[in-house]
Amino acid sequence: MSAVSHAARPSLAWNGLRVLTVIVYVFLFAPIVIVVLLAFNSARTGSFPMEGFSLQWFGRLFGNDSIIDAFATSLILAGSSAFLASVIGTMAAIALVRYSFKGKAVVNNILSLPLLMPEVVLGVALLMFLRFLHQPRSFLLLLLGHAVLALPYVVLVMQARLAGIRPHYEEAAMTLGANRLQTFLDVTLPLISPAVIGGFLFAATLSFDDITATLFWKQPGIETVPTKIFAMLRTSISPEVNALGAVMITITILPPLLGGQIIRRLTRNKGMRETQ
Amino acid sequence: MPMVGDPSAVARAAARHMRGRNALRRKPNNGGWAGSARYRPFLLLSPALVSLTLLLLAPVIFLLVYSFWLRSADGRDIPAFQFGNWQAALSDPFYWRGLGETFAMSALTTISCAAIGYPAAYFLARCRFRNKALLLFLLFLPFWVSIIIRTFAWVNVLGKGGFVNSLLMGLGVIHAPFALLYNDFSVVMGLIYLQLPYMIINVYVSLDGIDRNLESAARTLGCAPWQTFREVTLPLSLPGLGAGSLLCFVLAAGSFVTPSLLGGPDTSFFAQLIYDAIINQLDWPTGSVLSLMLLFALGLIVVVYNRFMSLSDIYRSLAK
Repeated sequence: MSAVSHAARPSLAWNGLRVLTVIVYVFLFAPIVIVVLLAFNSARTGSFPMEGFSLQWFGRLFGNDSIIDAFATSLILAGSSAFLASVIGTMAAIALVRYSFKGKAVVNNILSLPLLMPEVVLGVALLMFLRFLHQPRSFLLLLLGHAVLALPYVVLVMQARLAGIRPHYEEAAMTLGANRLQTFLDVTLPLISPAVIGGFLFAATLSFDDITATLFWKQPGIETVPTKIFAMLRTSISPEVNALGAVMITITILPPLLGGQIIRRLTRNKGMRETQ
Repeated sequence: MPMVGDPSAVARAAARHMRGRNALRRKPNNGGWAGSARYRPFLLLSPALVSLTLLLLAPVIFLLVYSFWLRSADGRDIPAFQFGNWQAALSDPFYWRGLGETFAMSALTTISCAAIGYPAAYFLARCRFRNKALLLFLLFLPFWVSIIIRTFAWVNVLGKGGFVNSLLMGLGVIHAPFALLYNDFSVVMGLIYLQLPYMIINVYVSLDGIDRNLESAARTLGCAPWQTFREVTLPLSLPGLGAGSLLCFVLAAGSFVTPSLLGGPDTSFFAQLIYDAIINQLDWPTGSVLSLMLLFALGLIVVVYNRFMSLSDIYRSLAK
Protein backbone atom coordinates (compact mmCIF):
# COMPACT_ATOMS: atom_id res chain seq x y z
CA MET A 1 0.00 0.00 0.00
CA SER A 2 1.05 3.55 -0.58
CA ALA A 3 0.70 4.28 3.14
CA VAL A 4 3.56 1.89 3.72
CA SER A 5 5.74 3.56 1.12
CA HIS A 6 5.11 6.91 2.83
CA ALA A 7 6.13 5.54 6.19
CA ALA A 8 9.21 4.06 4.58
CA ARG A 9 10.10 7.34 2.89
CA PRO A 10 13.02 9.03 4.61
CA SER A 11 11.18 11.63 6.62
CA LEU A 12 14.03 14.12 6.29
CA ALA A 13 13.62 14.38 2.52
CA TRP A 14 9.84 14.44 2.81
CA ASN A 15 9.97 17.22 5.40
CA GLY A 16 12.34 19.11 3.15
CA LEU A 17 9.75 18.90 0.37
CA ARG A 18 7.05 20.05 2.74
CA VAL A 19 9.05 23.10 3.81
CA LEU A 20 9.90 23.94 0.21
CA THR A 21 6.24 23.72 -0.80
CA VAL A 22 5.24 26.04 2.03
CA ILE A 23 7.92 28.49 0.87
CA VAL A 24 6.61 28.26 -2.70
CA TYR A 25 3.11 29.14 -1.57
CA VAL A 26 4.40 32.05 0.52
CA PHE A 27 6.41 33.19 -2.53
CA LEU A 28 3.30 33.02 -4.71
CA PHE A 29 1.06 35.02 -2.41
CA ALA A 30 3.30 37.31 -0.34
CA PRO A 31 3.77 39.95 -3.09
CA ILE A 32 0.00 40.13 -3.70
CA VAL A 33 -0.69 40.38 0.04
CA ILE A 34 1.95 43.11 0.34
CA VAL A 35 0.21 45.18 -2.36
CA VAL A 36 -3.06 44.96 -0.44
CA LEU A 37 -1.34 45.76 2.87
CA LEU A 38 0.45 48.81 1.52
CA ALA A 39 -2.81 50.11 0.05
CA PHE A 40 -3.89 50.72 3.65
CA ASN A 41 -0.59 52.32 4.67
CA SER A 42 -0.96 55.93 5.74
CA ALA A 43 2.63 56.82 4.73
CA ARG A 44 3.05 58.98 1.64
CA THR A 45 5.90 57.01 0.12
CA GLY A 46 4.01 53.86 -0.71
CA SER A 47 6.66 51.68 0.87
CA PHE A 48 7.63 50.11 4.16
CA PRO A 49 7.57 50.61 7.09
CA MET A 50 3.82 50.62 7.63
CA GLU A 51 3.00 53.79 9.56
CA GLY A 52 -0.68 53.39 10.23
CA PHE A 53 -4.01 52.36 8.84
CA SER A 54 -5.65 54.66 6.34
CA LEU A 55 -8.28 54.57 3.63
CA GLN A 56 -7.15 57.86 2.10
CA TRP A 57 -5.60 56.25 -1.00
CA PHE A 58 -8.88 54.56 -1.86
CA GLY A 59 -10.68 57.85 -1.34
CA ARG A 60 -8.26 59.59 -3.67
CA LEU A 61 -8.77 56.78 -6.20
CA PHE A 62 -12.51 57.25 -6.35
CA GLY A 63 -12.08 61.00 -6.62
CA ASN A 64 -9.90 60.57 -9.72
CA ASP A 65 -12.05 60.80 -12.85
CA SER A 66 -9.44 59.31 -15.17
CA ILE A 67 -9.31 56.16 -13.03
CA ILE A 68 -13.10 55.87 -12.93
CA ASP A 69 -13.11 56.26 -16.73
CA ALA A 70 -10.47 53.56 -17.03
CA PHE A 71 -12.61 51.24 -14.91
CA ALA A 72 -15.67 51.88 -17.06
CA THR A 73 -13.67 51.22 -20.24
CA SER A 74 -12.17 48.05 -18.80
CA LEU A 75 -15.48 46.65 -17.61
CA ILE A 76 -17.35 47.34 -20.86
CA LEU A 77 -14.46 45.94 -22.85
CA ALA A 78 -14.20 42.83 -20.67
CA GLY A 79 -17.94 42.13 -20.82
CA SER A 80 -18.35 42.62 -24.55
CA SER A 81 -15.19 40.81 -25.64
CA ALA A 82 -15.93 37.90 -23.30
CA PHE A 83 -19.46 37.66 -24.69
CA LEU A 84 -18.13 37.56 -28.24
CA ALA A 85 -15.43 35.01 -27.37
CA SER A 86 -17.98 32.82 -25.54
CA VAL A 87 -20.42 32.72 -28.45
CA ILE A 88 -17.76 32.09 -31.11
CA GLY A 89 -15.82 29.69 -28.91
CA THR A 90 -18.85 27.62 -27.93
CA MET A 91 -19.86 27.22 -31.57
CA ALA A 92 -16.33 26.13 -32.48
CA ALA A 93 -16.13 23.71 -29.56
CA ILE A 94 -19.43 22.06 -30.55
CA ALA A 95 -18.12 21.58 -34.07
CA LEU A 96 -14.88 20.09 -32.77
CA VAL A 97 -16.45 17.71 -30.26
CA ARG A 98 -19.76 16.71 -31.84
CA TYR A 99 -18.76 16.36 -35.50
CA SER A 100 -16.07 14.49 -37.33
CA PHE A 101 -14.69 16.19 -40.39
CA LYS A 102 -11.53 16.46 -42.41
CA GLY A 103 -8.88 18.86 -41.22
CA LYS A 104 -9.91 18.81 -37.57
CA ALA A 105 -6.28 18.73 -36.44
CA VAL A 106 -5.47 21.77 -38.56
CA VAL A 107 -8.46 23.66 -37.20
CA ASN A 108 -7.45 22.74 -33.66
CA ASN A 109 -3.96 24.09 -34.25
CA ILE A 110 -5.24 27.32 -35.78
CA LEU A 111 -7.56 27.85 -32.83
CA SER A 112 -4.65 27.40 -30.42
CA LEU A 113 -2.39 29.85 -32.26
CA PRO A 114 -2.99 32.85 -29.96
CA LEU A 115 -1.78 30.73 -27.02
CA LEU A 116 1.81 30.34 -28.11
CA MET A 117 2.26 33.53 -30.09
CA PRO A 118 4.00 36.30 -28.18
CA GLU A 119 1.46 38.99 -27.41
CA VAL A 120 3.83 41.69 -28.62
CA VAL A 121 3.87 40.15 -32.09
CA LEU A 122 0.08 39.86 -32.12
CA GLY A 123 -0.21 43.46 -31.02
CA VAL A 124 2.22 44.78 -33.64
CA ALA A 125 0.79 42.70 -36.47
CA LEU A 126 -2.83 43.70 -35.95
CA LEU A 127 -1.93 47.35 -35.40
CA MET A 128 0.05 47.54 -38.64
CA PHE A 129 -2.54 45.61 -40.61
CA LEU A 130 -5.31 48.02 -39.58
CA ARG A 131 -3.13 51.02 -40.39
CA PHE A 132 -2.62 49.49 -43.84
CA LEU A 133 -6.40 49.21 -44.25
CA HIS A 134 -6.70 52.87 -43.16
CA GLN A 135 -8.68 51.90 -40.09
CA PRO A 136 -8.03 54.05 -37.04
CA ARG A 137 -7.34 52.47 -33.69
CA SER A 138 -10.71 52.17 -32.05
CA PHE A 139 -12.62 50.55 -29.26
CA LEU A 140 -13.82 47.96 -31.76
CA LEU A 141 -10.21 46.92 -32.39
CA LEU A 142 -9.67 46.39 -28.66
CA LEU A 143 -12.90 44.44 -28.43
CA LEU A 144 -12.13 42.11 -31.34
CA GLY A 145 -8.50 41.76 -30.32
CA HIS A 146 -9.35 40.79 -26.77
CA ALA A 147 -11.93 38.30 -28.03
CA VAL A 148 -9.27 36.63 -30.19
CA LEU A 149 -6.84 36.49 -27.25
CA ALA A 150 -9.46 34.77 -25.10
CA LEU A 151 -10.85 32.49 -27.81
CA PRO A 152 -8.46 29.52 -27.34
CA TYR A 153 -9.16 29.38 -23.60
CA VAL A 154 -12.93 29.42 -24.15
CA VAL A 155 -12.65 26.68 -26.78
CA LEU A 156 -10.51 24.53 -24.46
CA VAL A 157 -12.89 24.91 -21.52
CA MET A 158 -15.96 24.20 -23.67
CA GLN A 159 -14.31 21.23 -25.38
CA ALA A 160 -13.46 19.67 -22.03
CA ARG A 161 -17.03 20.11 -20.81
CA LEU A 162 -18.70 18.90 -24.03
CA ALA A 163 -16.49 15.83 -24.16
CA GLY A 164 -17.74 14.94 -20.68
CA ILE A 165 -21.38 15.01 -21.77
CA ARG A 166 -22.57 12.01 -23.73
CA PRO A 167 -24.40 12.94 -26.94
CA HIS A 168 -27.25 10.58 -25.96
CA TYR A 169 -29.24 13.41 -24.40
CA GLU A 170 -29.09 15.49 -27.54
CA GLU A 171 -29.88 12.48 -29.69
CA ALA A 172 -32.86 11.64 -27.49
CA ALA A 173 -34.22 15.17 -27.83
CA MET A 174 -33.88 15.07 -31.59
CA THR A 175 -35.44 11.64 -31.86
CA LEU A 176 -38.36 13.03 -29.92
CA GLY A 177 -38.79 15.76 -32.51
CA ALA A 178 -36.80 18.77 -31.31
CA ASN A 179 -34.84 20.50 -34.04
CA ARG A 180 -31.20 21.39 -33.67
CA LEU A 181 -31.76 24.88 -32.31
CA GLN A 182 -34.29 23.64 -29.76
CA THR A 183 -32.02 20.77 -28.81
CA PHE A 184 -29.17 23.21 -28.29
CA LEU A 185 -31.22 25.70 -26.26
CA ASP A 186 -33.08 23.19 -24.10
CA VAL A 187 -30.64 20.31 -23.74
CA THR A 188 -27.06 21.21 -24.65
CA LEU A 189 -26.93 24.73 -23.23
CA PRO A 190 -28.25 23.84 -19.76
CA LEU A 191 -25.78 20.96 -19.62
CA ILE A 192 -22.79 23.08 -20.58
CA SER A 193 -23.88 26.22 -18.70
CA PRO A 194 -21.22 25.85 -15.96
CA ALA A 195 -18.53 25.84 -18.64
CA VAL A 196 -20.18 28.75 -20.46
CA ILE A 197 -20.17 30.82 -17.27
CA GLY A 198 -16.65 29.69 -16.40
CA GLY A 199 -15.38 30.42 -19.90
CA PHE A 200 -17.08 33.81 -19.94
CA LEU A 201 -15.60 34.79 -16.57
CA PHE A 202 -12.16 33.62 -17.63
CA ALA A 203 -12.34 35.52 -20.91
CA ALA A 204 -13.60 38.63 -19.10
CA THR A 205 -10.72 38.42 -16.64
CA LEU A 206 -8.19 37.93 -19.43
CA SER A 207 -9.49 41.07 -21.11
CA PHE A 208 -9.71 43.01 -17.85
CA ASP A 209 -6.09 42.08 -17.03
CA ASP A 210 -4.54 42.37 -20.46
CA ILE A 211 -1.80 44.93 -20.88
CA THR A 212 0.74 44.16 -23.60
CA ALA A 213 -1.51 43.95 -26.66
CA THR A 214 -3.75 46.67 -25.25
CA LEU A 215 -0.81 49.09 -25.22
CA PHE A 216 -0.53 48.65 -28.99
CA TRP A 217 -4.23 48.66 -29.79
CA LYS A 218 -5.70 51.39 -27.62
CA GLN A 219 -6.45 54.83 -29.01
CA PRO A 220 -4.39 57.63 -27.53
CA GLY A 221 -6.34 59.08 -24.64
CA ILE A 222 -8.28 55.89 -23.90
CA GLU A 223 -6.98 53.94 -20.93
CA THR A 224 -7.94 50.60 -19.47
CA VAL A 225 -7.09 49.99 -15.82
CA PRO A 226 -3.87 48.05 -16.59
CA THR A 227 -2.59 50.66 -19.06
CA LYS A 228 -3.52 53.34 -16.52
CA ILE A 229 -1.44 51.54 -13.90
CA PHE A 230 1.38 51.20 -16.43
CA ALA A 231 1.29 54.95 -17.07
CA MET A 232 1.16 55.71 -13.34
CA LEU A 233 4.18 53.46 -12.71
CA ARG A 234 6.14 55.22 -15.45
CA THR A 235 5.98 58.50 -13.55
CA SER A 236 6.34 57.44 -9.91
CA ILE A 237 5.31 54.76 -7.48
CA SER A 238 2.58 56.30 -5.40
CA PRO A 239 0.52 54.60 -2.70
CA GLU A 240 -2.43 55.19 -5.00
CA VAL A 241 -1.10 52.48 -7.32
CA ASN A 242 -1.20 49.97 -4.48
CA ALA A 243 -4.79 50.95 -3.72
CA LEU A 244 -5.72 50.58 -7.38
CA GLY A 245 -3.94 47.21 -7.41
CA ALA A 246 -5.89 46.11 -4.33
CA VAL A 247 -9.19 47.01 -6.03
CA MET A 248 -8.15 45.13 -9.19
CA ILE A 249 -7.11 42.07 -7.18
CA THR A 250 -10.46 42.04 -5.41
CA ILE A 251 -12.42 42.36 -8.64
CA THR A 252 -10.54 39.65 -10.51
CA ILE A 253 -10.15 37.16 -7.68
CA LEU A 254 -13.86 37.28 -6.81
CA PRO A 255 -15.06 35.41 -9.95
CA PRO A 256 -13.13 32.20 -9.24
CA LEU A 257 -13.98 32.37 -5.54
CA LEU A 258 -17.67 33.01 -6.15
CA GLY A 259 -17.87 31.11 -9.43
CA GLY A 260 -18.41 27.75 -7.86
CA GLN A 261 -21.11 29.12 -5.58
CA ILE A 262 -22.97 30.90 -8.40
CA ILE A 263 -22.95 27.85 -10.62
CA ARG A 264 -24.23 25.68 -7.79
CA ARG A 265 -27.06 28.11 -7.09
CA LEU A 266 -27.97 28.47 -10.77
CA THR A 267 -28.21 24.74 -11.28
CA ARG A 268 -30.28 24.37 -8.14
CA ASN A 269 -32.74 27.08 -9.22
CA LYS A 270 -33.05 25.46 -12.59
CA GLY A 271 -33.86 22.15 -10.99
CA MET A 272 -36.62 23.83 -8.97
CA ARG A 273 -38.11 25.50 -12.04
CA GLU A 274 -38.23 22.25 -13.94
CA THR A 275 -40.07 20.41 -11.20
CA GLN A 276 -42.79 23.05 -10.98
CA MET B 1 -14.60 15.17 -13.07
CA PRO B 2 -17.23 17.02 -15.06
CA MET B 3 -20.59 16.38 -13.56
CA VAL B 4 -23.18 14.71 -15.71
CA GLY B 5 -26.46 16.53 -16.07
CA ASP B 6 -29.73 15.25 -14.74
CA PRO B 7 -31.16 12.94 -17.43
CA SER B 8 -34.72 13.28 -16.21
CA ALA B 9 -34.56 17.04 -16.78
CA VAL B 10 -33.46 16.33 -20.31
CA ALA B 11 -36.31 13.92 -20.87
CA ARG B 12 -38.74 16.53 -19.54
CA ALA B 13 -37.34 19.16 -21.89
CA ALA B 14 -37.72 16.77 -24.77
CA ALA B 15 -41.26 15.91 -23.72
CA ARG B 16 -42.13 19.62 -23.69
CA HIS B 17 -41.26 19.82 -27.35
CA MET B 18 -43.36 16.77 -28.09
CA ARG B 19 -46.44 18.38 -26.57
CA GLY B 20 -46.07 21.53 -28.61
CA ARG B 21 -46.09 19.95 -32.03
CA ASN B 22 -47.25 17.08 -34.08
CA ALA B 23 -44.18 14.94 -34.02
CA LEU B 24 -45.30 12.70 -36.82
CA ARG B 25 -45.34 15.47 -39.38
CA ARG B 26 -41.69 16.32 -38.78
CA LYS B 27 -38.68 14.55 -40.12
CA PRO B 28 -36.40 14.17 -37.11
CA ASN B 29 -32.69 15.13 -37.33
CA ASN B 30 -33.31 17.62 -40.07
CA GLY B 31 -33.60 20.88 -38.24
CA GLY B 32 -32.53 22.74 -41.31
CA TRP B 33 -31.29 25.89 -39.59
CA ALA B 34 -27.66 25.03 -40.21
CA GLY B 35 -27.86 23.56 -43.68
CA SER B 36 -26.70 20.17 -44.74
CA ALA B 37 -24.81 18.01 -42.25
CA ARG B 38 -21.52 18.04 -44.08
CA TYR B 39 -21.20 21.81 -43.91
CA ARG B 40 -22.57 22.14 -40.40
CA PRO B 41 -19.28 21.84 -38.50
CA PHE B 42 -17.74 24.45 -40.79
CA LEU B 43 -20.71 26.74 -40.31
CA LEU B 44 -20.22 26.45 -36.57
CA LEU B 45 -16.49 27.01 -36.95
CA SER B 46 -16.72 29.87 -39.42
CA PRO B 47 -17.01 32.78 -36.93
CA ALA B 48 -13.95 31.53 -35.06
CA LEU B 49 -11.95 30.80 -38.20
CA VAL B 50 -12.92 34.04 -39.92
CA SER B 51 -11.98 36.16 -36.92
CA LEU B 52 -8.69 34.34 -36.44
CA THR B 53 -7.91 34.69 -40.14
CA LEU B 54 -8.72 38.39 -40.25
CA LEU B 55 -7.28 39.38 -36.91
CA LEU B 56 -4.31 37.03 -36.62
CA LEU B 57 -3.24 35.15 -39.75
CA ALA B 58 -3.67 38.01 -42.21
CA PRO B 59 -1.91 40.52 -39.92
CA VAL B 60 1.06 38.18 -39.43
CA ILE B 61 1.32 37.60 -43.18
CA PHE B 62 1.10 41.34 -43.66
CA LEU B 63 3.93 41.71 -41.14
CA LEU B 64 6.06 39.59 -43.45
CA VAL B 65 5.10 41.72 -46.46
CA TYR B 66 5.78 44.94 -44.58
CA SER B 67 9.23 43.79 -43.57
CA PHE B 68 10.28 44.14 -47.24
CA TRP B 69 8.91 47.65 -47.63
CA LEU B 70 11.15 50.64 -48.03
CA ARG B 71 11.39 53.18 -45.25
CA SER B 72 11.53 56.69 -46.61
CA ALA B 73 12.69 59.90 -45.00
CA ASP B 74 9.25 61.50 -44.71
CA GLY B 75 7.98 58.60 -42.62
CA ARG B 76 5.76 57.13 -45.34
CA ASP B 77 6.78 53.55 -46.03
CA ILE B 78 6.82 52.58 -49.70
CA PRO B 79 5.67 49.12 -50.82
CA ALA B 80 8.70 47.34 -52.19
CA PHE B 81 10.48 44.03 -52.22
CA GLN B 82 13.97 44.53 -50.88
CA PHE B 83 15.96 42.98 -48.10
CA GLY B 84 17.37 46.19 -46.67
CA ASN B 85 15.41 46.02 -43.42
CA TRP B 86 16.32 42.40 -42.86
CA GLN B 87 19.96 43.07 -43.70
CA ALA B 88 20.13 46.06 -41.38
CA ALA B 89 18.50 44.25 -38.46
CA LEU B 90 20.31 40.94 -38.90
CA SER B 91 23.72 42.58 -39.22
CA ASP B 92 23.19 44.77 -36.17
CA PRO B 93 24.91 43.21 -33.14
CA PHE B 94 22.61 45.27 -30.90
CA TYR B 95 19.60 43.17 -31.84
CA TRP B 96 21.48 39.89 -31.60
CA ARG B 97 22.67 40.87 -28.15
CA GLY B 98 19.06 41.68 -27.25
CA LEU B 99 17.89 38.31 -28.50
CA GLY B 100 20.72 36.52 -26.72
CA GLU B 101 20.05 38.34 -23.46
CA THR B 102 16.31 37.64 -23.71
CA PHE B 103 16.89 33.95 -24.30
CA ALA B 104 19.55 33.67 -21.59
CA MET B 105 17.31 35.28 -18.98
CA SER B 106 14.33 33.23 -20.11
CA ALA B 107 16.42 30.06 -19.85
CA LEU B 108 17.53 31.07 -16.35
CA THR B 109 13.86 31.66 -15.46
CA THR B 110 12.86 28.27 -16.86
CA ILE B 111 15.62 26.39 -15.03
CA SER B 112 14.79 28.13 -11.75
CA CYS B 113 11.09 27.36 -12.19
CA ALA B 114 11.92 23.71 -12.83
CA ALA B 115 14.23 23.53 -9.81
CA ILE B 116 11.65 25.11 -7.48
CA GLY B 117 8.49 23.86 -9.16
CA TYR B 118 9.32 20.18 -9.57
CA PRO B 119 9.78 19.39 -5.85
CA ALA B 120 6.69 21.41 -4.96
CA ALA B 121 4.64 19.60 -7.61
CA TYR B 122 6.02 16.28 -6.34
CA PHE B 123 4.95 17.11 -2.81
CA LEU B 124 1.48 18.17 -4.01
CA ALA B 125 1.07 14.99 -6.04
CA ARG B 126 2.15 12.68 -3.25
CA CYS B 127 0.82 14.35 -0.12
CA ARG B 128 -2.51 13.24 1.26
CA PHE B 129 -4.03 16.37 2.71
CA ARG B 130 -7.76 16.36 2.95
CA ASN B 131 -8.01 19.75 1.24
CA LYS B 132 -5.53 19.11 -1.50
CA ALA B 133 -8.12 20.51 -3.94
CA LEU B 134 -7.76 23.84 -2.15
CA LEU B 135 -3.98 23.77 -2.56
CA LEU B 136 -4.39 23.12 -6.29
CA PHE B 137 -7.03 25.83 -6.57
CA LEU B 138 -4.63 28.28 -4.94
CA LEU B 139 -2.08 27.53 -7.69
CA PHE B 140 -4.52 28.86 -10.28
CA LEU B 141 -5.47 31.95 -8.31
CA PRO B 142 -2.48 34.09 -9.40
CA PHE B 143 -3.57 33.69 -13.04
CA TRP B 144 -6.63 35.78 -12.23
CA VAL B 145 -4.54 38.69 -11.02
CA SER B 146 -3.29 41.01 -13.74
CA ILE B 147 0.30 40.58 -14.88
CA ILE B 148 0.90 44.26 -14.28
CA ILE B 149 -0.07 43.93 -10.62
CA ARG B 150 1.90 40.75 -10.11
CA THR B 151 4.85 42.59 -11.65
CA PHE B 152 4.74 45.89 -9.77
CA ALA B 153 4.15 43.94 -6.57
CA TRP B 154 7.87 43.20 -6.78
CA VAL B 155 8.68 46.89 -6.54
CA ASN B 156 7.14 46.71 -3.07
CA VAL B 157 9.20 43.63 -2.27
CA LEU B 158 12.60 44.52 -3.70
CA GLY B 159 12.64 48.34 -3.73
CA LYS B 160 14.77 50.55 -1.48
CA GLY B 161 11.85 50.94 0.94
CA GLY B 162 10.58 47.49 0.03
CA PHE B 163 9.83 44.49 2.18
CA VAL B 164 13.20 42.74 1.95
CA ASN B 165 15.32 45.83 2.53
CA SER B 166 13.26 47.22 5.41
CA LEU B 167 13.16 43.79 7.03
CA LEU B 168 16.94 43.39 6.80
CA MET B 169 17.55 46.95 7.98
CA GLY B 170 15.04 46.59 10.77
CA LEU B 171 16.86 43.48 11.94
CA GLY B 172 20.14 45.36 11.76
CA VAL B 173 21.63 42.94 9.24
CA ILE B 174 22.44 45.71 6.78
CA HIS B 175 22.70 49.47 7.17
CA ALA B 176 22.09 50.63 3.62
CA PRO B 177 19.47 49.12 1.32
CA PHE B 178 20.60 46.62 -1.31
CA ALA B 179 20.08 47.59 -4.94
CA LEU B 180 17.74 44.69 -5.65
CA LEU B 181 15.42 46.49 -8.03
CA TYR B 182 15.73 47.75 -11.61
CA ASN B 183 18.35 45.26 -12.74
CA ASP B 184 18.47 41.83 -14.36
CA PHE B 185 17.97 40.16 -10.98
CA SER B 186 14.59 41.76 -10.40
CA VAL B 187 13.53 40.95 -13.98
CA VAL B 188 14.33 37.26 -13.50
CA MET B 189 12.59 37.27 -10.10
CA GLY B 190 9.50 38.79 -11.66
CA LEU B 191 9.54 36.29 -14.52
CA ILE B 192 9.99 33.31 -12.17
CA TYR B 193 7.08 34.62 -10.14
CA LEU B 194 4.84 34.82 -13.21
CA GLN B 195 5.81 31.48 -14.76
CA LEU B 196 6.17 29.25 -11.69
CA PRO B 197 2.48 28.24 -11.49
CA TYR B 198 2.59 26.99 -15.11
CA MET B 199 5.54 24.76 -14.23
CA ILE B 200 4.02 23.36 -11.03
CA ILE B 201 0.67 22.64 -12.69
CA ASN B 202 2.22 20.86 -15.67
CA VAL B 203 4.54 18.72 -13.55
CA TYR B 204 1.72 17.97 -11.13
CA VAL B 205 -0.61 16.75 -13.88
CA SER B 206 2.07 14.45 -15.18
CA LEU B 207 3.12 13.12 -11.73
CA ASP B 208 -0.51 12.59 -10.79
CA GLY B 209 -1.02 10.42 -13.86
CA ILE B 210 1.75 7.97 -13.00
CA ASP B 211 0.57 4.51 -12.01
CA ARG B 212 1.76 4.18 -8.42
CA ASN B 213 2.06 0.41 -8.84
CA LEU B 214 5.12 1.02 -11.00
CA GLU B 215 6.87 2.70 -8.08
CA SER B 216 5.79 -0.04 -5.69
CA ALA B 217 7.09 -2.63 -8.15
CA ALA B 218 10.44 -0.88 -8.35
CA ARG B 219 10.66 -0.82 -4.55
CA THR B 220 9.72 -4.49 -4.31
CA LEU B 221 12.41 -5.32 -6.83
CA GLY B 222 14.99 -3.72 -4.58
CA CYS B 223 15.26 -0.11 -5.69
CA ALA B 224 16.16 2.45 -3.05
CA PRO B 225 13.65 5.33 -2.77
CA TRP B 226 15.98 7.72 -4.54
CA GLN B 227 16.69 5.13 -7.24
CA THR B 228 12.96 4.57 -7.71
CA PHE B 229 12.48 8.26 -8.21
CA ARG B 230 15.38 8.61 -10.64
CA GLU B 231 14.60 5.58 -12.76
CA VAL B 232 10.81 5.37 -12.65
CA THR B 233 9.12 8.56 -11.49
CA LEU B 234 11.36 11.17 -13.08
CA PRO B 235 11.36 9.67 -16.60
CA LEU B 236 7.59 9.23 -16.48
CA SER B 237 7.08 12.86 -15.46
CA LEU B 238 9.32 14.26 -18.20
CA PRO B 239 6.39 15.19 -20.49
CA GLY B 240 5.02 17.48 -17.78
CA LEU B 241 8.43 18.93 -17.07
CA GLY B 242 8.93 19.50 -20.80
CA ALA B 243 5.54 21.13 -21.27
CA GLY B 244 6.06 23.35 -18.24
CA SER B 245 9.52 24.34 -19.42
CA LEU B 246 8.34 25.20 -22.93
CA LEU B 247 5.51 27.34 -21.58
CA CYS B 248 7.81 29.10 -19.09
CA PHE B 249 10.41 29.79 -21.75
CA VAL B 250 8.07 30.98 -24.50
CA LEU B 251 6.06 33.20 -22.17
CA ALA B 252 9.18 34.65 -20.54
CA ALA B 253 10.94 35.31 -23.85
CA GLY B 254 7.91 37.16 -25.21
CA SER B 255 7.34 39.25 -22.10
CA PHE B 256 7.27 43.01 -22.31
CA VAL B 257 5.74 44.39 -19.13
CA THR B 258 8.05 42.65 -16.65
CA PRO B 259 11.36 43.87 -18.14
CA SER B 260 9.86 47.33 -18.69
CA LEU B 261 8.79 47.75 -15.09
CA LEU B 262 11.46 45.80 -13.22
CA GLY B 263 14.44 46.16 -15.58
CA GLY B 264 17.22 48.71 -15.45
CA PRO B 265 18.23 51.20 -18.13
CA ASP B 266 20.29 48.62 -19.99
CA THR B 267 17.80 45.79 -19.79
CA SER B 268 16.82 45.20 -23.41
CA PHE B 269 14.32 42.42 -23.73
CA PHE B 270 13.44 41.73 -27.32
CA ALA B 271 9.81 42.75 -26.87
CA GLN B 272 11.01 46.11 -25.58
CA LEU B 273 13.10 46.59 -28.72
CA ILE B 274 10.01 45.88 -30.82
CA TYR B 275 7.89 48.31 -28.81
CA ASP B 276 10.61 50.92 -29.10
CA ALA B 277 10.87 50.52 -32.89
CA ILE B 278 7.11 50.65 -33.45
CA ILE B 279 5.81 53.10 -30.87
CA ASN B 280 8.76 55.39 -30.17
CA GLN B 281 10.77 55.46 -33.40
CA LEU B 282 7.79 54.75 -35.69
CA ASP B 283 10.17 52.59 -37.71
CA TRP B 284 7.61 50.02 -38.78
CA PRO B 285 9.70 48.06 -41.29
CA THR B 286 12.35 47.42 -38.62
CA GLY B 287 9.61 46.70 -36.07
CA SER B 288 8.11 44.07 -38.35
CA VAL B 289 11.51 42.47 -38.98
CA LEU B 290 12.14 42.30 -35.22
CA SER B 291 8.67 40.86 -34.55
CA LEU B 292 9.29 38.15 -37.14
CA MET B 293 12.75 37.42 -35.70
CA LEU B 294 11.17 36.79 -32.30
CA LEU B 295 8.36 34.77 -33.85
CA PHE B 296 10.78 32.61 -35.87
CA ALA B 297 13.13 32.06 -32.94
CA LEU B 298 10.31 31.00 -30.63
CA GLY B 299 8.61 29.04 -33.40
CA LEU B 300 11.83 27.11 -33.96
CA ILE B 301 11.91 26.16 -30.29
CA VAL B 302 8.28 25.05 -30.38
CA VAL B 303 8.88 22.99 -33.55
CA VAL B 304 11.94 21.30 -32.05
CA TYR B 305 9.98 20.60 -28.89
CA ASN B 306 7.07 19.22 -30.88
CA ARG B 307 9.37 16.72 -32.58
CA PHE B 308 10.13 15.14 -29.22
CA MET B 309 7.02 15.81 -27.20
CA SER B 310 3.41 16.58 -27.92
CA LEU B 311 2.00 20.08 -27.79
CA SER B 312 -1.38 18.67 -26.84
CA ASP B 313 -0.05 18.07 -23.33
CA ILE B 314 0.25 21.82 -22.96
CA TYR B 315 -3.21 22.58 -24.26
CA ARG B 316 -4.62 19.95 -21.96
CA SER B 317 -2.96 21.42 -18.90
CA LEU B 318 -4.22 24.89 -19.82
CA ALA B 319 -7.79 23.66 -20.00
CA LYS B 320 -7.74 22.47 -16.41
